[in-house]
Amino acid sequence: MAGFLVNASLIALLALIAILALRLHRLFAVVMLSGAFSLVAAAQFVVLDAVDVAFTEAAVGAGISTVLALATLSLVPAEEKPHSISLVPAFIATLTGLLLAVAVSDLPDFGDPKAPIHNHVAPEYIIGSEEVIGVPNIVTSVLASYRSFDTFGETLVVFTAALAVLLIIGGYTRTANGSRKAKRKNKGSQDAG
Amino acid sequence: MQDDVVIRVVAKVMIPAVMLFALYVQFHGDYGPGGGFQAGVIFASAFVLNAVVFGLNKGRHVWPAKYNLIGICGGVLIYGFTGVGGMVLGENFLNFNVLSDDPIAGQHLGILLVEFGVGLTVAAVMVMLFFTFAGRLNHIRLLAKSDAHDRVVASKKVKK
Repeated sequence: MAGFLVNASLIALLALIAILALRLHRLFAVVMLSGAFSLVAAAQFVVLDAVDVAFTEAAVGAGISTVLALATLSLVPAEEKPHSISLVPAFIATLTGLLLAVAVSDLPDFGDPKAPIHNHVAPEYIIGSEEVIGVPNIVTSVLASYRSFDTFGETLVVFTAALAVLLIIGGYTRTANGSRKAKRKNKGSQDAG
Repeated sequence: MQDDVVIRVVAKVMIPAVMLFALYVQFHGDYGPGGGFQAGVIFASAFVLNAVVFGLNKGRHVWPAKYNLIGICGGVLIYGFTGVGGMVLGENFLNFNVLSDDPIAGQHLGILLVEFGVGLTVAAVMVMLFFTFAGRLNHIRLLAKSDAHDRVVASKKVKK
């Protein structure tokens, strides 16, 4: 019963924050609410015993991405442009949400040992983490050793994304002088073309 | 925020603690929750806090722009070469068993190196993102200034 109350209140809080963030037009408040959303989501993950995910959610969602959004806020107006709710996207979103809610009833119970996901490679990982890898934290042994290829791919995704950001808005080696030179060159080529 | 004494003093106390916590999360990830990704983000947040409280210029002093690419590429290379190490020693890519005489010690070494690579890349990416976005305003102002300068120069040339 207590578990149900905790889960229900956390999810209600999540929904409340999401609705508030949708309704507000002051972007600063929206950024702060998104940080709060991540923090509540992290609490929900702790309740679900997914400590590593909660850790990531708290550090990335509530921490760094809030700061990044704040840094972006210095470049954009403080208020969102007013807009009305368009019916077709609202209908599609509601329909998808309802379908997902119906699909959830088909999922196995939370933590059910007979669930397919717990009977494929999971037992091998749980035994192997202790005996083959010797790492008590199963998440780390799966992430870094069993699924090392995936983690390598993820690191490469982060790497590629960073390079893309640097290429688009980087200009990180440009001094005031350099940027002027670059601009002049552009102008020259435009004039030539 | 440079003028607020409370924030400055608290930040000075917090920054080393945050960095130490990041190292703990990084190297204790085998035994408790955490790992390279979380540690990288926490480590980066120390630099971000420094830049937010003491200003972008002072933040740039402790994290010059050249560190960005060194960190981002270095982490990926550490990860990749740890994997290649397994190949060189006669096993598959990213097989850590052969990295040491004892397979379990090899796994520990491999996981440590791989997690360090992830942490380095993530930390560098996060700091780079913050400085890029936050420095954008100055960049735009500089461009506007240089535009104005160009216009003045051009109008002078026309007069001559």
